Amino acid sequence: MPVPKESLLGKTKEELTQIAIDLGLPQYTGGQIAYWLYKTQVSSFDEMTNLSKKVRSLLSEHFEMGINQPVSVKESADGTKKYLFRTGKSSYIEAAYIPDNDRHTLCVSSQAGCKMGCLFCMTGKQGFQSHLTTGEILNQLRSIPERKIMTNIVFMGMGEPFDNTEAVMKSSSIFTAEFGFAISSRKITVSTIGIIPSMKLFLENSKCNLAVSLHSPFDEERRKLMPIQNVYPIKDVVETVQQYDLGKYRRVSFEYIMFKGINDTRRHVNELARLLNKVNCRINLIRFHAIPGTPLESSDEDTILDFQQALMAKGIVTTVRASRGQDIDAACGLLSTKELVKNKESGQVNE
Amino acid sequence: MKTKLSLSKIKVIRQREISRGVFILSFIRPWDFTAGQVVGLAGSENDEARLYSIASGELDEEVDILYNINPDGKLTPWMSQLNTADTLWVSEPFGSFCGSGEPAWWIASGTGIAPFASMFRTGLHKNKKILHGGRDLESFYFHELFEPELKENYIRCCSREYSPDVYHGRITQYLKEHPALPTNEKYYLCGSAEMVVDARDILIEKGIPFDNIISEIYF
Repeated sequence: MPVPKESLLGKTKEELTQIAIDLGLPQYTGGQIAYWLYKTQVSSFDEMTNLSKKVRSLLSEHFEMGINQPVSVKESADGTKKYLFRTGKSSYIEAAYIPDNDRHTLCVSSQAGCKMGCLFCMTGKQGFQSHLTTGEILNQLRSIPERKIMTNIVFMGMGEPFDNTEAVMKSSSIFTAEFGFAISSRKITVSTIGIIPSMKLFLENSKCNLAVSLHSPFDEERRKLMPIQNVYPIKDVVETVQQYDLGKYRRVSFEYIMFKGINDTRRHVNELARLLNKVNCRINLIRFHAIPGTPLESSDEDTILDFQQALMAKGIVTTVRASRGQDIDAACGLLSTKELVKNKESGQVNE
Repeated sequence: MKTKLSLSKIKVIRQREISRGVFILSFIRPWDFTAGQVVGLAGSENDEARLYSIASGELDEEVDILYNINPDGKLTPWMSQLNTADTLWVSEPFGSFCGSGEPAWWIASGTGIAPFASMFRTGLHKNKKILHGGRDLESFYFHELFEPELKENYIRCCSREYSPDVYHGRITQYLKEHPALPTNEKYYLCGSAEMVVDARDILIEKGIPFDNIISEIYF
């Protein structure tokens, strides 16, 4: 079997420069390759017209660009698009493009499947298949037509970003780099369930925003929703966030999916206020998109708005996330799970 | 890059390969712990620590760590080469996937049995059922511990090999076929994300309140 060639998408300018030097090319070739990879839409070495034919053939002999087009796209009536990408032999990942006036957000995946087993998550039902490489994360932006207008990136797609920290940190640095996609770090948010060691690493080494999935302020309740609570309790996660001075522009938010009769009471408001008392943050309330086989239901609109008002009255900035793409399998992981199941049934995937 | 889990150096006192690619590494217990807790392990102070459940009892003098080699990983291929007196970096124990005296089902696949071995060795096994999944007959680690005590309450589910005293099939299949699962008992799940999520879905489908299901995932 031929050995797959190494991808160039996902390399930093320094790494590309080193590759150029190793191939006996001028050092500046690294910068030229970075330009074609991150600033243009070309998808083959032949289109890199400021490189000689000899250089292009040398590159294609040793490398591939690493750009893979989505296998399908679903568009919602509200303009949201869900792109499905194939990764590895039989896995799929999703990226969601969410337009909102001048704001264009791409929600990217960091893993195919997920190991975290949260009760409310569709991706978790696939089990874990693979970590995405830096190139596979960047490709979700690089290969779609909206790449030039994208203003925001959120790592809230499939997978737990801090279970694939190296690739997530590197891809976020290329999203923000001048040689890369040059998106402001203030417009990039990494969302985690609270893996503390990696979260510390991120807070110390990145300027991007942090979002933490909270979902319940009570230990016992949260661990039934999110097994990670067994090893990294939310109280410790919040204490960790508190240890960092995030400056004026870096934002920390806490994501809170509203589950009917479970985490939407006044008791929860009071405990959230106590937990987040000393943290400069906001809470983002999220309606639950039902997934197959879950015992959970979304809280109703009135309850969500009451909950928001009660938190605001306690001095916590609280927003309610608009539900988007409800007509195109909005729950993250639903589209790729359907594709995976379809392939399993047709025998294309070995269990 | 450092992960900041505080680690201390310990010496390996024993390493045994109990099945192909599966090891128990032991060191003298440096701290107290609660059965079911995990520790971070690393090859050096600056490495990223990986989490492993403790498999020994709370009062044992030694700490046992059950692990299998992840060929793509950095730590376990290296760890499997350690000999007596070699050093390893270990965090203090932490985590709340801990057992109790209540009646419960302990459900595990592969090395996910480790926290239940710890609870068992601590004496929490009365009124417990263990549902233990494995691909082949060699993968029921600690079965020699569980079987004599729990008898018919220790159920092995083997998906690839047959044996008269072993249920043939996966844990999930056993749960689906099992007609009456008590709804007022706790169900503790530990193992791969896929097993945990699938088993949890089946339990919920069978009427177990999700309040009674406690899961530990390996990552």
